Amino acid sequence: MSHVSYEQSKKNVVKGLILLAVVTLIEVVISLFGKGHIFKGVHGNVIVLATCGLLIAGLSLYKAYFIVYEFMHMKYEVKGLAMSVILPMLLLVWAIIAFFQEGNAWKNRREDIKNRDSQPAAPAQEGSLLSPDTYQMDWKG
Amino acid sequence: MATTDTALEHHVHEHDHEGDAWDGAQSPFKASYGKLMMWYFLLSDAFTFAGFLITYGSLRFSSPTWPVPDFVFATDPFGISAYFGSAPLIFVTFMSFLLIISSVTMVRAVQEGHRENKNGVLIWMILTIFGGLGFLGCQAWEWTNLISGENMSLTRNTFGTHTADGYYLDHEGKKSAETFREGESYLIHRHAAGGHGESHEAGHGAAHEYKKGEQAGYMMDDQGFIHRKYVYADGPLKGQTQTEQFGPRAFGALFFFITGFHGFHVFSGVVFLLIIALNVASGVYAARKNGYEMVEKIGLYWHFVDLVWVFVFLVFYLL
Repeated sequence: MSHVSYEQSKKNVVKGLILLAVVTLIEVVISLFGKGHIFKGVHGNVIVLATCGLLIAGLSLYKAYFIVYEFMHMKYEVKGLAMSVILPMLLLVWAIIAFFQEGNAWKNRREDIKNRDSQPAAPAQEGSLLSPDTYQMDWKG
Repeated sequence: MATTDTALEHHVHEHDHEGDAWDGAQSPFKASYGKLMMWYFLLSDAFTFAGFLITYGSLRFSSPTWPVPDFVFATDPFGISAYFGSAPLIFVTFMSFLLIISSVTMVRAVQEGHRENKNGVLIWMILTIFGGLGFLGCQAWEWTNLISGENMSLTRNTFGTHTADGYYLDHEGKKSAETFREGESYLIHRHAAGGHGESHEAGHGAAHEYKKGEQAGYMMDDQGFIHRKYVYADGPLKGQTQTEQFGPRAFGALFFFITGFHGFHVFSGVVFLLIIALNVASGVYAARKNGYEMVEKIGLYWHFVDLVWVFVFLVFYLL
């Protein structure tokens, strides 16, 4: 089962620990920077926030790759096994796009309803009204 | 009938060439049944977690405001943050380190298993269990603080967010020196609670006697929550006096369900690690002479718990 020498794999474990810890720290620093905790100037800057968000998401994906391939030994498994686990995950790409789009649509719809509710209802026009006797039944008893 | 015969012939023909991949007694993935099924269980579990986290994302997108995580999660035990002024995300970063370290000790346990070193496996597994217990302890503190200190519940989110720059009113309803900026979150304190652990607003209302109902500078609701009043200095509501509102209701439910579901995974992981460590100690796996494969399987599960935390950490705390 051993693919590298025992001594080497012990060293790799320490390297992995340092790598994950450093990447996590970088993530936290980027996150705090994006929120304006490090330089007040960037507070509320949407572009900075979005860039930081994408960077952090990328770093998280790298951490996930590292854990699966090194710690869970996926890189020593047969390719078919690795692909049978990883390829289905691609479905999530569509799930993320679709549901975030959906969430955004809910927000827009709610705002639209709020705006329309806050406007006074337009008075009905004379010509569009039905004549008052429309619903009266003419039963002669 | 002719077609059937040809098909059968073809099948037999192919069979001769391809060998016996489907005859059994071979494992095309070169992994034992148990390990393979652990991978597929983890795949399905990953979809469960992804569903939860994507739900969080879409609800967050659907809400005009959302509590700022580095404001909500700026607390830590023993008043550590007092030394630094404030310590946003520091405690939860420490929790992440705990899980990473316990993941690394698990790797070491699996390595010792391959060498059939029983004591090595046992020591590293015990360290892993301590890592998991430490993480659970931190989570228990975080939940306690949110529930009893900051009055968060499944349906109540005490963290609201301002949509424009502005300033707060003091108790008499006059302009105070306290200002806020667009996108900053606030915590609605509960008066009745008295002596709640965390105070995000320094020097706020220390000696003031609060009264129920609508007041000049605040509104105290039936449950004793003090909704302070403020004025926006720009934006569409400029110059109008506003009252603090609770934040998006879904936040509390999402937080407790998702971190709770992850915490439950950690808890069951600790239980399984304990059982397997006992089996290691009793020599069950040494007798099997298969390189402690059971330790490898629980290792896969444990790494997965760490993996999920990477994304829970990303979604709840960093973004």
